[in-house]
Amino acid sequence: MKTFKGGVHPGDRKSATEKKPVVPAKPPAVAIIPLSQHIGAPCEPLVAVGDEVKMGQKIGDSKGFVSAPVHSSVSGKVIKIDTCKSAPGGTVDAIFIENDFQDTWHEDVKPNPNWEKLSADELKKIVREAGIVGMGGATFPTHVKLSPPPENKIDYVLVNGAECEPYLTSDHRAMLERPDDLIVGLQLIMKMVGAEKGCIGIEDNKPDAVEAVTKAAAKDPRIEVRALPTKYPQGAEKQLIKVFTGREVPSGGLPAHVGCIVQNVGTCIAITDAVCKGLPLIERIVTITGSGINEPKNMLVRIGTPLEDVIEQCGGFKPNLKKLILGGPMMGFAQPGPENLPVTKGTSGILCLTDEEVTIEEIGPCIKCAKCVEVCPVSIMPLFIGSSVEQGLYDRAEKYDAMDCIECGCCSYICPAKRPLTQWIRMAKSEIAAKRRAAAK
Amino acid sequence: MENKLIVSSSPHLKSDESIRSIMTDVLVALFPAALAAIIFFGFRALITIVLCMLSAMITEAVILRKKDIFGDGSAAVTGLLLAMTLPPAPPWWLCIIGGVVAIGIGKQVFGGLGNNIFNPALVARAVLMISWTGHMTNWLSPIDLVSSATPLASAGTPDFLKLFVGNVAGSLGETSAFALLLGAAWLFYKGHINWRIPTGYLAVVFVMGILLGSQGVSLSAGLFHVLAGGVILGAFFMATDMVTSPVTPKGQLIFGLGCGLMTMLVRLYGSYPEGVTFAILLMNAVTPLIDNLTLPRKYGEVAK
Repeated sequence: MKTFKGGVHPGDRKSATEKKPVVPAKPPAVAIIPLSQHIGAPCEPLVAVGDEVKMGQKIGDSKGFVSAPVHSSVSGKVIKIDTCKSAPGGTVDAIFIENDFQDTWHEDVKPNPNWEKLSADELKKIVREAGIVGMGGATFPTHVKLSPPPENKIDYVLVNGAECEPYLTSDHRAMLERPDDLIVGLQLIMKMVGAEKGCIGIEDNKPDAVEAVTKAAAKDPRIEVRALPTKYPQGAEKQLIKVFTGREVPSGGLPAHVGCIVQNVGTCIAITDAVCKGLPLIERIVTITGSGINEPKNMLVRIGTPLEDVIEQCGGFKPNLKKLILGGPMMGFAQPGPENLPVTKGTSGILCLTDEEVTIEEIGPCIKCAKCVEVCPVSIMPLFIGSSVEQGLYDRAEKYDAMDCIECGCCSYICPAKRPLTQWIRMAKSEIAAKRRAAAK
Repeated sequence: MENKLIVSSSPHLKSDESIRSIMTDVLVALFPAALAAIIFFGFRALITIVLCMLSAMITEAVILRKKDIFGDGSAAVTGLLLAMTLPPAPPWWLCIIGGVVAIGIGKQVFGGLGNNIFNPALVARAVLMISWTGHMTNWLSPIDLVSSATPLASAGTPDFLKLFVGNVAGSLGETSAFALLLGAAWLFYKGHINWRIPTGYLAVVFVMGILLGSQGVSLSAGLFHVLAGGVILGAFFMATDMVTSPVTPKGQLIFGLGCGLMTMLVRLYGSYPEGVTFAILLMNAVTPLIDNLTLPRKYGEVAK
């Protein structure tokens, strides 16, 4: 099987939830809808305290192109506009809505029986209005990705069904339970960007998903479903493109520059829901798992549901919980606690690790074992960037290609000296970006 | 929640491997060769090994002011590697000086583990070789332990089976190619060494041995140069020292080829019968240069 260069095998650790069907979570008593759940300009609130809102109603939007509107996931009353915590750290403005538990739909939410006749531009408008963002965790606004510069002809749409992050099973379950909607979503994206080829890559540790999706895709000869070796980061955008097309995204460029667009499984299904049923993005599948949770589950959770509610429905934390992570263990964000923190569009998983898995280790000296060089999927020199950052030499870090890092975390994972290489490279990237911004002024 | 959570940057998973586990793997890999040395040379070999290891470990513990004398295991590895380069029965003080020089001058003056430029065991061997040449070339034949020449310095047809199994005169780690290869296989299996340095090294020694040996073009001369002396020990255990060898794939191959070339130049045209030590030390010196000249092509690299 064709694969990419480098990568690691952390063990997939998915057995706790991979066989568990998605169950709906209880709607929250108070939904916390952050005004920024995406990369790009934050939304302005469209409602005020005291307003009645309906389910699916747009309650925040922005004039910025790189942005995505937010919708209410419950019907009820706006009780306050305040801040809540955000996954990467810090706080964001959010609209707090008291649920009346009536689930009254907003009048804009209605199925579109003629969806097959919609033009590419009409489809893109629907995707934007539905507030769809990359649901693998990166949360880049999808309509922006679907509008590449006109000089870049797109011929491939790639769907990441690899779910290479250990523990997570939300995409796996989505592929098993809604394979037809996945294919429809892919076909819609192909129509929007005018691509002739659709490819779905799934890691071979999910043979049932490969089978289900292959069956669903059988009617469309333009779509290829391929099992990929189970290796992290198999689902990374650049690696997926290389595996399927042999092309490399140029350093500093975008997938569109080599005629490719990559979307996550969850995003494709959200597009189907938006186009066919008129549904905005107000719920998503979340894997709640790890040794620190009593009942691991895959749940369909309304956006804005406080983490504490979800945890409670999974039997609560175990007493020896040591780390709470939003997302997967390789790229997710560790949280100081579940308080005032809602599930958002990018919450693919809630991972609870105990002191069995979480250890604090002393950072040792680099012994130049070159294991980080071997596993780096973009062939940069993590060890040299790390030692440059340690000494504050950001120019040298730039010379060793820090800006090409995809932050997959393989180098930190493999390092026998437990050096936080990925973290140091992130530091270098932000310093170098700041320097470039200053130089541009 | 009373239980404080840990907040740190991703990734949140780490492999089980540590510096200590790697060093332990290297010690395990050297065990067959050490055992072979003790079998062939007897109790004196054991004393040499123990003295070198203890001297290296104690020197490290004293300099680092640590009570745990095994620590990360790197000093034990250096001590054992040094022992493997010594003749079977050197005076006790030679072993101790060797250990102190290896850790003190070979490693700690540069800033400790990871910062040394030269392979510490070979630095010590070079110092001992130059300072006490007589003691360092007092080769004994195995089993009966009478003085005899190293095969590299003797004339006549070599016995390849003897060379391979280890029943020849030489330093502790030079005797049994078989035991060394067994240990090397373990290091390959654990992923601590790769094919590039050893293959480059052995290929050059083999080819130069065939073409430039004293008997004209001769296949057996090539094989002899690979099996005799310290080439196997050097190619699999010394040149592959992580700290002092290149980290880039291309660089590792170039490093191996360079070690082979220097070894054969010393053996064929130099005044010492053996050149492994100086070959590897010389290549150690150019390791940073090799690394910087052989940076791999990164994903999506655009021609400048």
